[in-house]
Amino acid sequence: MRLLFDEIDQPGLDTLAVYRRDRGGYEMLSRALEMEPADVLSLLQASGLRGRGGAGFAMGTKASFLPKGDMDKYVVCNADESEPGTFKDRELMQKNPHLLIEGLAIAAHAVGANKAFIFIRGEYAYVATILEAALAEAKAADLLGALELWVHRGAGAYICGEETALLDALEGKRGNPRLKPPFPAVQGLYRGPTLINNVETLMNAPIILRMGGEEYAKIGTERSTGTKVVSVSGCVRRPGNYEVELGIPTREIIYDLAGGPDEGRSIKFFFPGGSSAPVLPGTDEMLDLPYDFDSMAKAGSMLGSGAIIVVDDSIGVVDVALKTAKFYRHESCGKCTPCREGTNWTVKMLERIDAGEATPMDLDIMASICDQIIGNCLCVLGDAMAMPIASMIKHFRAEFEAHIDAARERNDLGVAVAQVNRDDHAGQTDLLEPTGEGAGVTVH
Amino acid sequence: MAIDPSRIRRYEHGSRVPGWDDAVDLSKAPAVVPDPATTPVPAELRAEIESHMGRYPDFRSAAIPALHAAQRLHGWCSPTAIEQVACVMRLTPGYLTALATFYDMFETRPKGPVDVYVCTNISCSLRGADGIYAAMLSAAGDDPEFHVKSFECLGACDIAPMASIDGEYVGPLEEADCAQIVADVKAGRPVLEAKQLRHRKAAGL
Repeated sequence: MRLLFDEIDQPGLDTLAVYRRDRGGYEMLSRALEMEPADVLSLLQASGLRGRGGAGFAMGTKASFLPKGDMDKYVVCNADESEPGTFKDRELMQKNPHLLIEGLAIAAHAVGANKAFIFIRGEYAYVATILEAALAEAKAADLLGALELWVHRGAGAYICGEETALLDALEGKRGNPRLKPPFPAVQGLYRGPTLINNVETLMNAPIILRMGGEEYAKIGTERSTGTKVVSVSGCVRRPGNYEVELGIPTREIIYDLAGGPDEGRSIKFFFPGGSSAPVLPGTDEMLDLPYDFDSMAKAGSMLGSGAIIVVDDSIGVVDVALKTAKFYRHESCGKCTPCREGTNWTVKMLERIDAGEATPMDLDIMASICDQIIGNCLCVLGDAMAMPIASMIKHFRAEFEAHIDAARERNDLGVAVAQVNRDDHAGQTDLLEPTGEGAGVTVH
Repeated sequence: MAIDPSRIRRYEHGSRVPGWDDAVDLSKAPAVVPDPATTPVPAELRAEIESHMGRYPDFRSAAIPALHAAQRLHGWCSPTAIEQVACVMRLTPGYLTALATFYDMFETRPKGPVDVYVCTNISCSLRGADGIYAAMLSAAGDDPEFHVKSFECLGACDIAPMASIDGEYVGPLEEADCAQIVADVKAGRPVLEAKQLRHRKAAGL
């Protein structure tokens, strides 16, 4: 079933003319503008639509938290899609930008907002250009009414996908998460009530208006309604975005749609919802799980942003763990100590494992670091590293231990040198990114 | 057992800490908001920053778009670039420097004009991104026209391994493509046109 991806490759869909002629573009916005905001809101609530950005919070409920009244209210579209493995919003915005603008305008009407921003990550420069062109068309045709809408480009920081960090970035600061509560619905952008939603969530708004809330709620499962665009990547033959009805077996997505792993390979494990989601081993039991919010949560993971990263049996789990941890170390904003230090130390310990300087006891220390990060920070970036790393250790402890032993054997100097090196703070060289400032590094 | 010093990597100035030799005068007062009378700002840059400032209820929201504009003009977020933005926006250079060092797309060191971001995150590295990055470095790493940087997930795992050449997404890349990218940029052609993401159809349709 395709709602968002229906004929998405139609040439010219990103222009207002085609969008209006073939898709009934902006009809739902005019219908919404004729309705009372409260009625639009109850339609969205009836649809059961849950946020598509990662947390899966019911969109209508979130919108209903905004206070009523005449104050300045804001709608912000979170298009800072940076979760590793996720690329659905990029394709949706590139190919159907007007659907997002229409959805945003509907949401703005529902909550009574007069200003709106699309916060798009700076790396999506060509998508931002397409959005800006579409927005200019919509403004020229006077479709947005009193709503003031702008595209705001970020400058490259994963943390800005976190809603309060995004608000800080939008206010022209470093993207640092804020303490919650107050939640953005009460005190968000410029301290005003703010509705923040993911691109895909907002794009569903016109569809819900067209279908009716109850009708939309019939798609998918009872508590995970609608369709979901799933980004499948990694060791599969046909990586890409696939729109599926929530609740279909995970196996169908990985094998039937994305083609499964290469010939002769099997799935070792997969991230079901972006790199922040705890991994699930590629067993039949896990592959047969229905792909929806609750089933993934019950299996100990999460649907997250709906990005499946498949890892096959040719890849070492330690390599994946190290890549994952390095990413979060780089992206930690540094505001909270457990995350800033915890991500750094996890990388160091994984590198120690790789260098043959670790013992199996280090796995327990790593697990304890993860324990101490989870729930102890303003946002979930630290948790997002701790959970997948802890799950990798849990499911593949034997492989970690084998890796430790093999690396120690390979490292013929053994633990003795490791000890001496640590005394000399050799670990600090880790801080030198081999990439960024690499030009300045010389070996003496 | 003695340590083999060759195992410890150091910067040219001998320290393991980057920026150790950067001059800093702790007794000096911090830089203040520049005086418009003594800070020339190119008219185009001023116009662009001011148009951004007009979009937001709080003018400071325009800081990031303004730094984008200044970096485009000056090639990097140089002290001059920062000072000009600070002058137009009436902010301190320190505030803007704090922003420029936070965000990955701003460079506070001189760089080549063409940004080549090679994604080396999980999905791309599962498909050989580290090899692509090495190949890209050897093809353009020493070329003053290019700024090759390994980047975190660029949101295009469907064309993994991939790279962004001045915002143009191309992939899936093979190591041989790196030389082609350099040649295309130098010739002023569209980069690797057959592999541009914008021409790719949705999967499974």
